Amino acid sequence: MKKKFRITVENRKKIGGYFFTLPFTLGFLFLFLYPFLQTVMFSFNKLNLGREGYSLEFVGIANYKYALLENTEFVETLVETVLSMLAELPVILAFSLFAAIILNQNFKGRTLARVIFFLPVIYGAGVVLKMEQTDYVTELMRHSDTLFMFSGDALRNLLTQMRVIPDWMVNYVMNAVENIPTIIRSSGIQILVFLAGLQSISPEVYEAAKVEGATAWESFWLITFPMISPLIITNTVYTIVDSLTSATNPLVDQIKNATFSGRGYGASTAMSTIYFLVIAILLGIVFKLINKYVVYTD
Amino acid sequence: MEIAVKENNTKKGFLNKVFSRKTIYSFLRAVLLLGISYIILLPLLSKISGSFMSVRDLYDQTVKWIPRNFTFEHYEMVWRNMNYPTAFKNTFLLTLTVSILQLASCTVIGYGLARFDFKGRNLIFALVIMTLVVPPQMILTPLYLNFRYFDLLGILPKPLNLIGSYWPFVLTSITGNGLKNGLFIYIMRQFFKGMPKELEEAAYIDGAGLFRTFLYVMLPGAVPALVIVFLFAFVWQWNDYIFITLFMGGGGMFLPQVLELLAPKVISEVTGGTAATKLQGDQYESLINNTGMLLVIAPLLILYAFMQKYFIESVARSGIVG
Repeated sequence: MKKKFRITVENRKKIGGYFFTLPFTLGFLFLFLYPFLQTVMFSFNKLNLGREGYSLEFVGIANYKYALLENTEFVETLVETVLSMLAELPVILAFSLFAAIILNQNFKGRTLARVIFFLPVIYGAGVVLKMEQTDYVTELMRHSDTLFMFSGDALRNLLTQMRVIPDWMVNYVMNAVENIPTIIRSSGIQILVFLAGLQSISPEVYEAAKVEGATAWESFWLITFPMISPLIITNTVYTIVDSLTSATNPLVDQIKNATFSGRGYGASTAMSTIYFLVIAILLGIVFKLINKYVVYTD
Repeated sequence: MEIAVKENNTKKGFLNKVFSRKTIYSFLRAVLLLGISYIILLPLLSKISGSFMSVRDLYDQTVKWIPRNFTFEHYEMVWRNMNYPTAFKNTFLLTLTVSILQLASCTVIGYGLARFDFKGRNLIFALVIMTLVVPPQMILTPLYLNFRYFDLLGILPKPLNLIGSYWPFVLTSITGNGLKNGLFIYIMRQFFKGMPKELEEAAYIDGAGLFRTFLYVMLPGAVPALVIVFLFAFVWQWNDYIFITLFMGGGGMFLPQVLELLAPKVISEVTGGTAATKLQGDQYESLINNTGMLLVIAPLLILYAFMQKYFIESVARSGIVG
């Protein structure tokens, strides 16, 4: 009798799984995969829009040839976009982990600090994010500001002339410093994920380490870091995707504009297909590289 | 800090007390937090202060933060040119519909991925991640064409035009394929995965069905994650202009759209339509844009202020851990 009950529940749960995920499966097939494949198909065609629908004219790999060889701008922007994203990635990850650790500590005004830190998630999206880029008033205030004196060219020149630190390092650090507002504003979700991860580490582990004589530095590298390392993958993937698919990304703009120039919509779809492949390969590589260092507890 | 003071009072001297490691650390942390908060709040504060400045103050180098000639004229101008009440109502209705639908669908899908063991579960989860990885711009045009000539894959005799209606939003939302829905499904899945198995099993043994168990036993415990997903869905839909423009048509009366068209409209009104180009790319255009932006995000900030307590607590308890 007991066995029979188990089987029915198991079966019901199997069906339940399909039932609960059915909306997504349907949506994925018709509202994602179908348009996705259409885009890939369009990239081999010339699209003519008509009143009663649209017609296609097969052109082979002409659109890809155009995107990669004839249109010099595309490849250039693609490389630039990917490189600047890769340069920003470690800074965003380090900053968001650092911010999450601070926000996880006990201090007066912690709630207020958290409210402020997550504010960019609330207003820094979509149309506001896009229009922020041409905000002259804030730019003016920023430049007249003493807090940003470190971002000046003077310090950069000084450091370069001292010849102690290699030039590329000076430039990297200085660029990171100049980008602090952007870095902070694109770290909201990552801080959130890290913070949730930090909360899930039980305080007993730290207490035990303290009893054994571990310093704060040691407990960070031996407890905190391994425990949240799976989240570094989550955040890396999120940061890459968020940066590369953001509407403020110059390449996304260029792909959109390609529709209205040169070889038209076909070229635009060829570009976005190439772009998608680049993102997918990039994610694959980064995942492989980081996964080696991730500690999975279960 | 208090602990540091107590410890030091007993043995060590005054200087030690002031310069104890804990005090220094607290001080540095406070400086850092203030600095970062300042950077985050600067764009917002400068917009607010600028929006009350008269044009004369704007070009006056000596006026920094406090407007000398306080004015509401920009708000009046922006409010009128944005058709704010209409645009607000449209945006609010659409955003509320979309975020409630997305919340419901992503919760159900996330639950299905977290609590049921079935063949193909990992595949479906991988597909969820894939929807996040593909830039939405990539599938925009085919998606538009499919909704423009909607025939359910040839089932309908005559293609329907769904553009300009809620249908594209409703269909993408109830299937968890809307804007950033992959992330929401991910959050819900991680949350449900972390809930104790016993809870669910007890309900099954008591004879509750799958759906009843989900609705009455598991869902009430998932409130923290629900709050996060709802807030994100609402905020991102509210600010979205890509899907709005695509599905609703260019001339729609939604906040992100009227915001984009705001500055040219105001400038041509101010200059009487003659020297419209002269003022563009200029501080005045920025000021108008900023004032418009403040009006667009004001409802979000109010919503955040109300939900902030639950949101911050939710982050702490949501356990959205990879």
